[in-house]
Amino acid sequence: MTSLGARPLLDAVSDPAVGLLAVDEAPNPWVDPSYVTDNWDSILAYTGEHVRLTVLAVVIGAVIALPLALLARRSRFLSAPVLGLSTVVYTIPSLAMFALLVPFTGLSSNTVLIGLVAYSLVILVRNFLAGLQGVPADVREAARGMGLSPAQALWRVDLPLALPAFMAGLRIATVSTVALTTVGVLVGHGGLGQLITGGFAANFYRAEIVTGAVGCVLLALLADVLLAGAERALTPWVRAVRA
Amino acid sequence: MNDFSRALVYLNDPYNWSRPNGIADLALEHLVISAVAVLAAAVLALPVGVALGTARRGAGLVVVLSNVSRAVPTLALLTLFAVSPIGFGNRATTIALAVFAVPPILTNTFVGFRGVDPEVREAARGMGMSRGQVLARVELPLALPLVTTGIRTAAVQVVATAGLAALVGGGGLGRLINLGFGQQDYGVMIAGAILVAGLALLTEAVLALLSWALTPGPRRLPFLQVRTANGGSPVPEPTASGVPL
Repeated sequence: MTSLGARPLLDAVSDPAVGLLAVDEAPNPWVDPSYVTDNWDSILAYTGEHVRLTVLAVVIGAVIALPLALLARRSRFLSAPVLGLSTVVYTIPSLAMFALLVPFTGLSSNTVLIGLVAYSLVILVRNFLAGLQGVPADVREAARGMGLSPAQALWRVDLPLALPAFMAGLRIATVSTVALTTVGVLVGHGGLGQLITGGFAANFYRAEIVTGAVGCVLLALLADVLLAGAERALTPWVRAVRA
Repeated sequence: MNDFSRALVYLNDPYNWSRPNGIADLALEHLVISAVAVLAAAVLALPVGVALGTARRGAGLVVVLSNVSRAVPTLALLTLFAVSPIGFGNRATTIALAVFAVPPILTNTFVGFRGVDPEVREAARGMGMSRGQVLARVELPLALPLVTTGIRTAAVQVVATAGLAALVGGGGLGRLINLGFGQQDYGVMIAGAILVAGLALLTEAVLALLSWALTPGPRRLPFLQVRTANGGSPVPEPTASGVPL
């Protein structure tokens, strides 16, 4: 298959003067099971990288977000800058974010990971903060009145009550991180996104592009279903009340 | 000289802005693609959102749409349209971006119009307003903050995403990032990144001011909402599909 080169910026194909290439006549189906079976190993490898980046980004993001949210809950003077900064980070396009990180971390997957952590962090901080602020003040007071230490109150009162909001944030962060990882193709670590741009560079090889795209969506759905199941398992009292 | 000062030097050269296919041209292309995409999405999503919202139907459909759109990578959609018979270039980019702009506008319009108090609507009807008058004078002003939030979310998302088009042969400021990266000229790449990020932040700020100016009643700047919310419980800004692009 003729390659157009790794950087498909040239307008050669759309130039009528070039005329029809022989490859244009070749069938280029959108879905081709033989592509998937023939390239199963590399698809699996890209999926593995995708999963690794997503899981690491969300876990690291959550680990940083929880103390930040606890701190931001203490006063409005802390929550305002945290939320303001998260809005700004959120607005920075991922391509720009990864490009700005390249001079520091080079072409390693750390470039992608740091960018993804930043995005999952800002989603999680907002949701964690919303969850913590949703804990009724009188419940916290009651916990203190019962003699619970701040750590006990956090572990046994705040966290269980805020758990639904936490899980909602984790689900949103995970699903959007799965989608965002594809932009890592800029530095060659985009997980399944590599298939998308790889197929584009390999003369618009549709089967490869569709495999990458469908793989991303399936991965996001699977992650969402798993987290929904975890939420169900972690909050048995929610169902008990409804029943 | 490190890459960041090289980027500043690049940005400070007027010729880099004014030459054909320079920053000015690319920024204009970027903005035109984004504007057309958002307008197309608004034309499509606003009537549907108003119709579903006032009828209070289709909540499931709207939620599913906004959730699924979060799971689909923008890069995938851009690439799929680029390799479709439309052919790659600005047309495919615009269509793909318009598809992504629909869910936030639709969801927020739907939620805005559905949230109008039925008693207010009934009172307006009882005062003798026609259905059209109720829509224009009662429901629209009440729903407007959410509608403008939806459009702002969509616009910022589109401006941010338009940069990705350069990875699959599209135009716009993303080209600088892709070009700089491809030529190992990190100065150009960082200059492009600064421009794309700046344009996204500028879009957010301008549209926030615009929606503030348009909103009737007690007005709050969207980014100051946290501070002005009383009782210490900030109202989380209602956005539809919160996806950074």
